[in-house]
Amino acid sequence: METFLEEVNKKIHGVPLQACYHCRKCTAGCPAASYMEFNPNKVIKMIQNGQKDKVLSSSTIWLCLSCETCITRCPNQVDIARMMDVLRQMAIEEGRAAKEANVLKFHEAFLSSIKFGGRVHEMLMTVHYKLKSGDFFSDVDIAPSMFLKGKLSLLPPRTKDLKSVRNIFEKTQSKS
Amino acid sequence: MKVSYYPGCSLHGMGKEYDQSMKAVSRALNIELKEIDDWSCCGASAAHNTNFDLSVALPARNLIAAEKDAMDVMVPCAACFNRFKMAEHHLKADKDLKARVEGVLGAKYQGGISIRNPIDVIYNEIGMDALAAKVVKPMAGLKPVSYYGCLLLRPPEVCQFENYENPFMLDKIMGTIGADVKNWSYKTDCCGGSLSVSKTAIVVEMCDKLMAAAKEAGANCVVTACPMCMANLEMRPSANMKMPVFYFTELISLALGLPGSKETFKTHLTDPQPLLNQLRLV
Repeated sequence: METFLEEVNKKIHGVPLQACYHCRKCTAGCPAASYMEFNPNKVIKMIQNGQKDKVLSSSTIWLCLSCETCITRCPNQVDIARMMDVLRQMAIEEGRAAKEANVLKFHEAFLSSIKFGGRVHEMLMTVHYKLKSGDFFSDVDIAPSMFLKGKLSLLPPRTKDLKSVRNIFEKTQSKS
Repeated sequence: MKVSYYPGCSLHGMGKEYDQSMKAVSRALNIELKEIDDWSCCGASAAHNTNFDLSVALPARNLIAAEKDAMDVMVPCAACFNRFKMAEHHLKADKDLKARVEGVLGAKYQGGISIRNPIDVIYNEIGMDALAAKVVKPMAGLKPVSYYGCLLLRPPEVCQFENYENPFMLDKIMGTIGADVKNWSYKTDCCGGSLSVSKTAIVVEMCDKLMAAAKEAGANCVVTACPMCMANLEMRPSANMKMPVFYFTELISLALGLPGSKETFKTHLTDPQPLLNQLRLV
């Protein structure tokens, strides 16, 4: 059976995580490290140790901002940003509850908006997110001024060949 | 020059000031824009966070559409630019993926056109001499810090932007239109945009840190080329930390005296008009 490390390495499709010698440059440069349960380099060690449950259930993978500072500065080109993507995707594929649930709910609302119109409609997407997350009151103070300034349009934008966009979702999702 | 143009969802929504000023500046600098036919969303962070093939196929649909026009594609939004470059990178590096994505889209990806952002196009194709020659209103008194953020630069071997730890093109452009650009150490730091809605408390701290650094550098405004950074830096800093944020194209438009250049300032969430009035730039 494939170990957790082998599984992650295969999906990263680049330099294997074993190349990390824990210089901690990734963690030093990570703008979200201080909010994370485990620092980026510690996640690598945990993957090597086979601690799959702990890693995929951690807040760390959802607090990564994908700013790509880690891969930019890694002396061994270990793609930690891609690793975080892979870990999130694995957590989703396995149907695990995201420790930072609203982060995933926001992504889902965003993708629904693309599926709906081919392009994202910010207002519908926000309403959808609020319904999913139950976070009804944040930013309600900003919304009216955005609307008055014409930043929030009422009509959702549309890609004409919507079928081709929905087809992308169907086919890439059936694969996994 | 003529380029394909991919505005992306933001430039037709929250970032409409970027679209408006980009079009005005392009016209003035003889960059002819041909919008990609029937484009769709690039998937942004939501796609690559959740499904790898989706994150490549969504931008690939637009790249293939752009290839029909056989011109380089200019992508002003830093987030879309990043996803386009990432898709190109993966499609060229991974044959199996390319075959899968082409199967999903029912079309071939040739990989023959370059993906460019307007900072690069204006700096390298138009050039600073040509830009300087068109300036009618130098931005005297404006002290911006250039904020490049993440998505134009990283990862460096994918984005191929100059000097990814200390970029200068945007600084040079601002200097050319007469602004007193301030140097600072946060040009490429992350503002937290991707968690702006879902983890706001963290992002407030990140934005406050950036604004404090900008003030310490002596800046009176921030200049960006990213609609995510713009929305985030306008909305998220604490009330006492806010300062005006501009798309770089808005300031070029103003310096070139282009029609409608003052209109985009009216729709900002942090009103830049008091500063511009005080400096007699509008």
